[in-house]
Amino acid sequence: MLAIAANDGVVRARQVARTLAQQCRLSLVEQTKLVTAASELARNTLVYGGGGTMTASLVDERGRRGVRLVFADQGPGIPDVDLALTDGWTSGSGMGLGLSGSKRLVDDFVLESAPGRGTTVTITKWGR
Amino acid sequence: MVAGGEGTTRLVELLTVRGEDLGADWADRVSRSLGGRVSRSEVQRELGELYTALLTALQTGSLDAHGEAFGEVRALLSELSRSRARQGFTPSETALSLFSLKEVLEPVLTGEDGGDVRAYLAFTKLVDDLGLFTIEAYSRTREELIGAQAEQLLELSTPVVKLWDGVIGVPLVGTLDSARTMVVMEKMLQALVDTGSEQAVIDITGVPAVDTEVAQHLLKTVVAARLMGAECTISGIRPQIAQTIVALGIDFGDIVTKATLADALRHALRASGVTFTRPGGSAGAR
Ligand SMILES: Nc1ncnc2c1ncn2[C@@H]1O[C@H](COP(=O)(O)OP(=O)(O)OP(=O)(O)O)[C@@H](O)[C@H]1O
Ligand SMILES: [Mg+2]
Repeated sequence: MLAIAANDGVVRARQVARTLAQQCRLSLVEQTKLVTAASELARNTLVYGGGGTMTASLVDERGRRGVRLVFADQGPGIPDVDLALTDGWTSGSGMGLGLSGSKRLVDDFVLESAPGRGTTVTITKWGR
Repeated sequence: MVAGGEGTTRLVELLTVRGEDLGADWADRVSRSLGGRVSRSEVQRELGELYTALLTALQTGSLDAHGEAFGEVRALLSELSRSRARQGFTPSETALSLFSLKEVLEPVLTGEDGGDVRAYLAFTKLVDDLGLFTIEAYSRTREELIGAQAEQLLELSTPVVKLWDGVIGVPLVGTLDSARTMVVMEKMLQALVDTGSEQAVIDITGVPAVDTEVAQHLLKTVVAARLMGAECTISGIRPQIAQTIVALGIDFGDIVTKATLADALRHALRASGVTFTRPGGSAGAR
């Protein structure tokens, strides 16, 4: 488990994602997609969640191997998840593509959030 | 605040009577622990000053490491920590210089009455406090060093090169965070002015991932260049980066992007009116 409390946490999250993606023998394209999604979600955890954690693991399911990353924070939560997942919507000064883009970059994407109870995003990328 | 009184009187006695021997013994131990990386005479000088300052402070009857009486001692310790940190000694090696003073004092304790023991205990507490002060001073210096290095690295890793008359190149390597973007942008805009260039090529071959933050930084840089009447081309977009950018949904708008630096240079030269001819005289594509 990795703490995301400052910018270096985002950098570490990318490095961990890259290492696991290589262990899982993902192609260079898939590696880059996972690393980029990790970067987006880690930064959201830091900027909007007020800091949190990333838990990384290799998973085996039905003969497939994959990388799973769980980003969790105890921040304000997301009041309207559909809106947050809309391309181009941002409550800050971003491009509003981090969440929706990450969803497209990975195979499985689960977002759990409720106002006042924080946000958890779980992503998985499967190898072949 | 530790009460002084009889404890310090006895300490001053112990440290004065055999002062020269103790001082020499201390210097021996410290220079051994530093493995000869600081000369014996240098150690002797540093510790000699410290020993004198320590005695002077103890003579006031105080045992408070953070008190006024120990101001001179702390100043000397700060200086010692700074030079050790700069020379690359570990925090342990640095603090040991002080802690070994306890061992030096041990053999001279008589233990005949409780006075020596009490004096020694008070002394170890003082040395411990001063030791902690040393470590803090040491880490402050290290943090300053690291900060300075990070800044140097920032400068170092963002060179702006002249590619051709009127065309400058900015090869980016590593991650593009906000601090780096500032430096890149400033350097690039300044170079455009200094060289009178109207074309810049930002090469991201060495950037491992382009996320929304990096993309936003790139866009801002291009816009700033445009405001100065210069055009930017982004090159070095490798296949995995291109696919990721598309999946993320980032739109680079009307910014020209190229796969390689060579392609970008050709584009920039054409844009600045250079024509290409093939060897043999037949005119090339314009
Ligand atoms: N962990 C979180 N906690 C609370 N709100 C969040 C969290 N993550 C995202 N949000 C909300 O969802 C919005 C959309 O997030 P998204 O990452 O897509 O865009 P962004 O971060 O604003 O811009 P960028 O394109 O630079 O990522 C954010 O503006 C924010 O309001
Ligand atoms: Mg975001």
